Amino acid sequence: MAMPIVEMRDIRKHFGHVIALNGVSFDVRAGECHCLLGDNGAGKSTFIKTMSGVHRPSSGEMLLEGTPVSFESPRDAMAAGIATVYQDLAMIPLMSVSRNFWMGREPEKGVWPLRTLDLRKADEVTMVEMRKMGIQLRGPDQAVGTLSGGERQTVAIARAVYFGARVLILDEPTSALGVRQTANVIGTIDRVRKQGIGVVFITHNVRHALAVGDRFTVLNRGQTLGTAVRGEVDAPTLQDMMAGGHELADLETSLGGTI
Amino acid sequence: MTDAANAAPDERIKSVSPLRRALIRPELGGICGTILVFILFGAIAGNSGMFAAEGILNWTVVSAQFMIIAVGACLLMIAGEFDLSVGSMIGFSGAVMAILSVYLGWPLWAAILFTFALCMAIGALNGWLVIRTGLPSFIVTLAFLYVLRGLTIWGSVYFTRQTIISGVTERAEGDWLAPVFGGKVLTSFFQWMGENGWIATFARGSRAGQPVVDGIPMLVVWALALVIFGHWLLTRTKFGNWIFASGGDEQAARYVGVPVNRVKILMFMFSAFCATIFATAQVMEFGSAAADRGLLKEFEAIICVVIGGALLTGGYGSVIGAALGAVIFGVVQQGLFFANAESSLFRVFLGAILLIAVIMNTYIRRIITGER
Repeated sequence: MAMPIVEMRDIRKHFGHVIALNGVSFDVRAGECHCLLGDNGAGKSTFIKTMSGVHRPSSGEMLLEGTPVSFESPRDAMAAGIATVYQDLAMIPLMSVSRNFWMGREPEKGVWPLRTLDLRKADEVTMVEMRKMGIQLRGPDQAVGTLSGGERQTVAIARAVYFGARVLILDEPTSALGVRQTANVIGTIDRVRKQGIGVVFITHNVRHALAVGDRFTVLNRGQTLGTAVRGEVDAPTLQDMMAGGHELADLETSLGGTI
Repeated sequence: MTDAANAAPDERIKSVSPLRRALIRPELGGICGTILVFILFGAIAGNSGMFAAEGILNWTVVSAQFMIIAVGACLLMIAGEFDLSVGSMIGFSGAVMAILSVYLGWPLWAAILFTFALCMAIGALNGWLVIRTGLPSFIVTLAFLYVLRGLTIWGSVYFTRQTIISGVTERAEGDWLAPVFGGKVLTSFFQWMGENGWIATFARGSRAGQPVVDGIPMLVVWALALVIFGHWLLTRTKFGNWIFASGGDEQAARYVGVPVNRVKILMFMFSAFCATIFATAQVMEFGSAAADRGLLKEFEAIICVVIGGALLTGGYGSVIGAALGAVIFGVVQQGLFFANAESSLFRVFLGAILLIAVIMNTYIRRIITGER
């Protein structure tokens, strides 16, 4: 197996006397989709925020292609090629797709102080990248607000990929979406993975994870309970691990195995 | 790449009619309003001299005043914040420069430059407080509305025992910076037009033969320059994109590396800068500063911006729209005077148009974002 792009070893994070992460190990390789599963409060958010430079771990090691790194800010992580797409904070609805796509990294032309946005380049690249992702825009000036939730996630993913992400962290990209939009986002994940990007797919939906994941790591009460490879594990097992076993099993019998 | 770019359009996307496309431009309300206002006053005040050279200058100057503060308020509002201290800042900056030059003996140019620096520093303090405390800018700048007005009154009473500080005209003589705010341009052009009998000239008195309107006041030049600059900054530069982003969704903007705090603080400073330009031009025109200058200007600026199509919640708007809002404002205020209408009706009009503008903007936003 190839060396992981990012490896997190025994990460611990304490907030005051609350232990949010208590020894989490996780890694992601190029061209794979590694799913991080966990119920609400399991520490998923804290963990990805640590990975993307928002939080600094209390202890533990973070390796970028084998060399230890420590990120001071999300900008550092982005510069290292780790891009994060947050569930509902990916896009600004009132702004156009093109302006959103380039936000923070706008192309410019001309000389200071008359340097202006290169709107033509911005619009052309946006249209091309959107088509690659299978989104047909009315025009680059279409407002993001008119896109569906799934399309917004896709624009955010396309943006991260275009700007050279090597690891893409997706924070519950499917949890607010309908069936069809979920399928679109999962299709996008597959497309991105084939380009050799390592995808970290955070979810609490086992079926979404199994649809696209290559490896699965379950987080429960701030700890990882091991990593399984595709084919070695089935939905009920993952479900059980996430819930910590018993209660769900009881519930499941009464509901006839529908969860 | 080009293959993908030339792909057939998606059949599921409804084509959008040009009308609907025009409707979602933020300036639309402003354009319609401006046309309506001119038609209205053309009909009711067409013979009153409102559209002769002197009348035009009259409402142009008033509109330009609104425009100057509206540009600052517009960019700040798009960045997601308000500045309620604009009016007090106008009074304050006028008083500071007048006291410095008349009572403390500073050369006027030094007093003006110092005032600009001081007011922009206060603007930065406004912004810094909003960001550090996380309080709404409404509250923080409301505090400065009172603080600055209070200081202005105290300062002018302390130095002059009254609320008017006069004597700036004498200090402005021979000063190199004063004409930049108080002078007029194109004077020879107006002289020439007067000689050719195209515009009215004085028939009697010491200025006989000179045109009644002898030039374009620098105030108008400043207003146009600020509008052009603001529009260019907002729509054509990277910084403009950051202004939209900061007001549209602060957190999302931060996640992609937009320096939201810097953008907001700079916009508070720009708002203070505009207020100071307004004040300086006014002080040069009247030759004095007064503690009650700029009263209620903060709201008038905000109204211009809202008429111009900006959303109160930030992230959307247009400088051109705000400028048209200022024109509507100026034309109506002066037009009612020319039409001999009761001037108190102006406020009724203001309230009504503000309400209409906000309702329209909300509707337009729904169209843009596709909410139903």
